[in-house]
Amino acid sequence: MTVVGVLALQGDFEAHGRVLERLGAQARVVRESADLDGLDALVIPGGESTTMSLGIEREGLAEPLRAVVRAGTPVLGTCAGLIMLDRDHLDLLDMRARRNAFGRQVASFEEELDLPLGDAFAGSPPVRAVFIRAPWVEEHGEVIDVLASVDGHPVAVRHGDILAVAFHPEITGEDRLHRWLVERAAARRTGPTPAPAHEAA
Amino acid sequence: MRDVATHRVKTGLAEMLKGGVIMDVVTPEHARIAEAAGAAAVMALERVPADIRVAGGVARMSDPSMIAEIQVAVTIPVMAKARIGHFAEAQVLEALGIDYIDESEVLTPADEAHHIDKWSFKVPFVCGATGLGEALRRIGEGAAMVRTKGEAGTGNVVEAVRHMRAIQGEIRRLGSMDPDELYTAAKELQAPLDIVGQVAEDGRLPVVNFSAGGIATPADAALMMQLGAEGVFVGSGIFKSEDPVRTGAAIVEATTHFDKPERVAAASRGLGSAMAGLEISALAGPDGDGLLQHRGL
Repeated sequence: MTVVGVLALQGDFEAHGRVLERLGAQARVVRESADLDGLDALVIPGGESTTMSLGIEREGLAEPLRAVVRAGTPVLGTCAGLIMLDRDHLDLLDMRARRNAFGRQVASFEEELDLPLGDAFAGSPPVRAVFIRAPWVEEHGEVIDVLASVDGHPVAVRHGDILAVAFHPEITGEDRLHRWLVERAAARRTGPTPAPAHEAA
Repeated sequence: MRDVATHRVKTGLAEMLKGGVIMDVVTPEHARIAEAAGAAAVMALERVPADIRVAGGVARMSDPSMIAEIQVAVTIPVMAKARIGHFAEAQVLEALGIDYIDESEVLTPADEAHHIDKWSFKVPFVCGATGLGEALRRIGEGAAMVRTKGEAGTGNVVEAVRHMRAIQGEIRRLGSMDPDELYTAAKELQAPLDIVGQVAEDGRLPVVNFSAGGIATPADAALMMQLGAEGVFVGSGIFKSEDPVRTGAAIVEATTHFDKPERVAAASRGLGSAMAGLEISALAGPDGDGLLQHRGL
């Protein structure tokens, strides 16, 4: 069975766990570095990015998380998870996030987005994307694929097997992003697959 | 098409606060300490509940200029309290761009019969509850998050425990019922039938449920989390303690690692004295007056 670690220092990690279990994966709560052993994939959930980053520091999780991702483990980051992946935090994606970019909670919104993310999305309906005090990608390097933008700002980016989105598929019943993650994990386990692009970065 | 401030966006922010600690703060300096300690949000108010108890008189919404100063001091969500039923205070807080309104029994109620119609606001609301019926009535009125009332400003966790056990026990009871029995259950709970049915089917509330009202130590936070809280509010417990910086960080750590006693033990070491605390029986008159939890049922 595919084991997906969900960083659970704070945030909506349970919502991610429910989606993963519906897809037949095993969701494992990650709070200490030992919890990272033997993962097939990783989710960094939504939550408060300041709280999450202080928790990563307190637990000494930054280096172990980087090691897991640099070894090629597929990753999905949502909202605060996108922020954690940027240059100013775990530095796993060549981009910088702008926090609370769309404004305060009263400006939080939902909207439909087309997400070109492989077969699961070909010819299927758009994603109902829920943005809650959401970030956007302020600027990024050339290796980053921008999959979707809102108001001209990237809100879904990918580099190899690292996918980061500013919205919350985990709270809407949407499971295609998690399915992509589980499929990437399975492809990597069963091989033969070329090394994901992000390993070389 | 873009839809702003949907119910899903409101309940969603509470989802993002899960596993976190929401701390009462009365100054921008407090707010910065809370944020650095790892708070998931702050509650901006003029006096912590322990001081509201001592001061007496009418407790109202905080001064907008104080709230605005706290909003610029931190980047985490800022919550503020409105009086029960005082929809004009809530309108003011919404105009200030507050991230969450607590329609709170800690302030003096403005309406003895009606709560705020929370559906008519863009800003989400959290409300207190002593049991399941009360929680579901608030959800029926549009609350996007609930919390136990506990007994604010006491540093005594006993009431928060009572309320959390009541809510969880009643949810389990609904789950064991025959569908025919839900009509009477809804009548007895004085709660909307459709929400009662949803809770019976899901085995949990349709919104996030935190614990509040008397949490003063890391072990208190761990206790509430093990009883089913999805996060905690700490009012007076941090800034009435001997060492707020360390106490705040320790309660955050214990809330994350609530199921690992060795981590709660490590977090609890050397914090100095916790807030003094009050015995509940010393507050309650013969008919239970003096208890904030009896406001706005």
